[in-house]
Amino acid sequence: MSVITYREALGRALDEEMARDGRVFLMGEEVGEYDGAYKVSKGLLAKYGPDRVRDTPIAELGFTGAGVGAAIAGLRPVVEWMTHNFALLAMDQVINEAAKMRYMSGGQLSVPIVFRGPNGPAEYLASQHSQSFASFWAHVPGLKVLAPSTPADAYGLLKSAIRDDDPVVFLESEMMYGWKGEVSDQEFLVPFGKAAVARPGRDLTIISFSKPARAALEAADALAGRGIEAEVLDLRSIRPLDEAALYESVRRTGRCVVVDESWPFASVGSHVAYLVSRECFDRLDAPVALVSGEDVPMPYNHALELAAQPLAAKIEAAALRALYREV
Amino acid sequence: MAERLLMMALSPTMAEGTITKWKVAEGSAFKAGSVLCEVETDKASMDYEASKDAVLLKILVGEGGKAAVGMGIAVIGAAGEDPGPLSAAAPGVPAPPPLPAAPALPKPSAAPPSPKAPEPAREAVPAVEAPGGGGPSAPASYPPSSPLARSLARELGVDLRYARGSGPGGRVVERDVRELASRGPAAGPSGSRPLPAGAADRRVPVSGKRAVIARRLSESFFTAPHFYLKRRADVGSLLALREGANAGREKPISLNAFLVKLCAEAIVRHPYMNSGWEGDAITERSSVDIGLAVALPDGLITPVVRDCARKGVAAIDEELSALIAKARDRGLAPSEYEGAGFTISNLGSYGVEEFTAIINPPGSAILAVGAALIEPWVREDGSVGARRAMALTLGCDHRVIDGAAGARFLATLASFVEDPGKALL
Repeated sequence: MSVITYREALGRALDEEMARDGRVFLMGEEVGEYDGAYKVSKGLLAKYGPDRVRDTPIAELGFTGAGVGAAIAGLRPVVEWMTHNFALLAMDQVINEAAKMRYMSGGQLSVPIVFRGPNGPAEYLASQHSQSFASFWAHVPGLKVLAPSTPADAYGLLKSAIRDDDPVVFLESEMMYGWKGEVSDQEFLVPFGKAAVARPGRDLTIISFSKPARAALEAADALAGRGIEAEVLDLRSIRPLDEAALYESVRRTGRCVVVDESWPFASVGSHVAYLVSRECFDRLDAPVALVSGEDVPMPYNHALELAAQPLAAKIEAAALRALYREV
Repeated sequence: MAERLLMMALSPTMAEGTITKWKVAEGSAFKAGSVLCEVETDKASMDYEASKDAVLLKILVGEGGKAAVGMGIAVIGAAGEDPGPLSAAAPGVPAPPPLPAAPALPKPSAAPPSPKAPEPAREAVPAVEAPGGGGPSAPASYPPSSPLARSLARELGVDLRYARGSGPGGRVVERDVRELASRGPAAGPSGSRPLPAGAADRRVPVSGKRAVIARRLSESFFTAPHFYLKRRADVGSLLALREGANAGREKPISLNAFLVKLCAEAIVRHPYMNSGWEGDAITERSSVDIGLAVALPDGLITPVVRDCARKGVAAIDEELSALIAKARDRGLAPSEYEGAGFTISNLGSYGVEEFTAIINPPGSAILAVGAALIEPWVREDGSVGARRAMALTLGCDHRVIDGAAGARFLATLASFVEDPGKALL
């Protein structure tokens, strides 16, 4: 067992999978000479050479499309986007090509590709570079969408993603790259579609994924100080979604707060809240709450930037309301 | 958040009230349980008590003013809050359920609610009627409630209409139902509820179900000449059999299912026990349909297991528990409780040693089963030991069943209870 960063966990997964399978290669902006914009691919160019660690021009549609083509042709590309904000340019390749190919070819073609990079707000990056696009990807049948929040899950899920025969969108976060956690020195995989109980509890269920999962745990700590035992579920995998785990927990606790840093309208969080409301209706003691990013373009002012995000204090307040306790 | 304080029904018949005096001034804070104002109702002058801690932001109906039940009489909230649009008159607000004699009831200890703990009970509110009636009649309308509160109320047998909602807008939530269930007798036969001090007598209209029970049992008792035969039967073997049969079963088979089966076998050997008086003829039934009396908060019902002679104990038990569950949900169809040829009533679980029951028409006999108790026993050789035995009291309609015939049946039944293997012969 070693304590490593989320960034190192991703790098280790890439390294192991490239060593294991000669078809795996990495491409993206500054992944090679610069060792990656966020140093995830540190040392890989030196180890695997420029054929397998390819620096690309600043042209997301172009290199994403090249990755999709390479995947159809039999390779296993990992396409790194410097951020998901830039991936908007590449959406046509992801949604119209990668996600459709297996279906429209009647199963003759598959697209074993991983699209990965930081998603969601970081700090001081203003409106255009602080967006969470989880729901943009999760909306599309044919894509698998992963959003781990710990180094161990990042490692195990990225390895599963690279080995999967279908396109996977992998959501990371600039703020999470430096987060540390224990990761087994033994090789392991984390399966898709399994939520993790990040903290067990009996009084209410807090559901989150990616970076806000940590805020959910902080809120659970604060609630414990008030004698409230919150259960925190980390989805890890958005699509496929571990519905059974959510329903089991909420039916037990009777109260649910969903946390998602995306905007609230038609988000992963709002969909999860809908599913829980529908499937756990008879066991709910309060409406399912959604703590989301505020419904505004991200402000540059740092105080406002923080206020626009689902911070622990907001999650705690929503939990107290769900318990009919004074906030 | 500011909210409107509504005129409550302070008596079951109150439709409107006159505010004779405000005891709290605008801008002043008050505690849950304190008197906000005095209200003159159709019957008396009553205290209107606060259901929570708050500040009286604005009085909407002044002293001498009248307000219909459900109308806003004041705006309450946090200190310094703006009553805002809530101060506008709001006709047509739906009336909340009247509180059964709430102001006259004793209050629990007046400890102020701490923010760290769920708020303590506010006012003693009676739960559902005690079995046998005599409780207050239910308010007609249901308060808003959470789905969990509704599910829980069903499970605990609590009538939501008596719940005081502590959630926003008076929503009844889980804690309110649990609080109510913890007071009411509906939670179980051992439940107790504090007697309201100075409560007046009430005239409770008879429910349709109670009227049917009254009519049918009077008819039976006053037309069928009842006679009773009593025996005690050693139940050691039967209990051992049951224990053995239940070993490894996830859901144990009830003792009642065994009794139903043993009665069915005894009836097969004495078919006249399964016949009915019809004035100019006696019906001899082909199917052994046995009813089991089940006590519900609002009265007795007798689900019937059909054709028990042809069914095994496990099958009977399964049907019985499904029927009882349905009965508790008030979901029994007439075909599921009518037409028992023989009935069993078992009050053993209440510790009743023995009792006599009224025949459940169209049957001609009923078996009253007492508690299985350990008792001293003189054996054939004169030595004294102990055994576990229960009283079996058979009630018969003498028009159909003569004393000796009933006694023969009871002897067979007692021998089956004491040695269930005999029922196989």
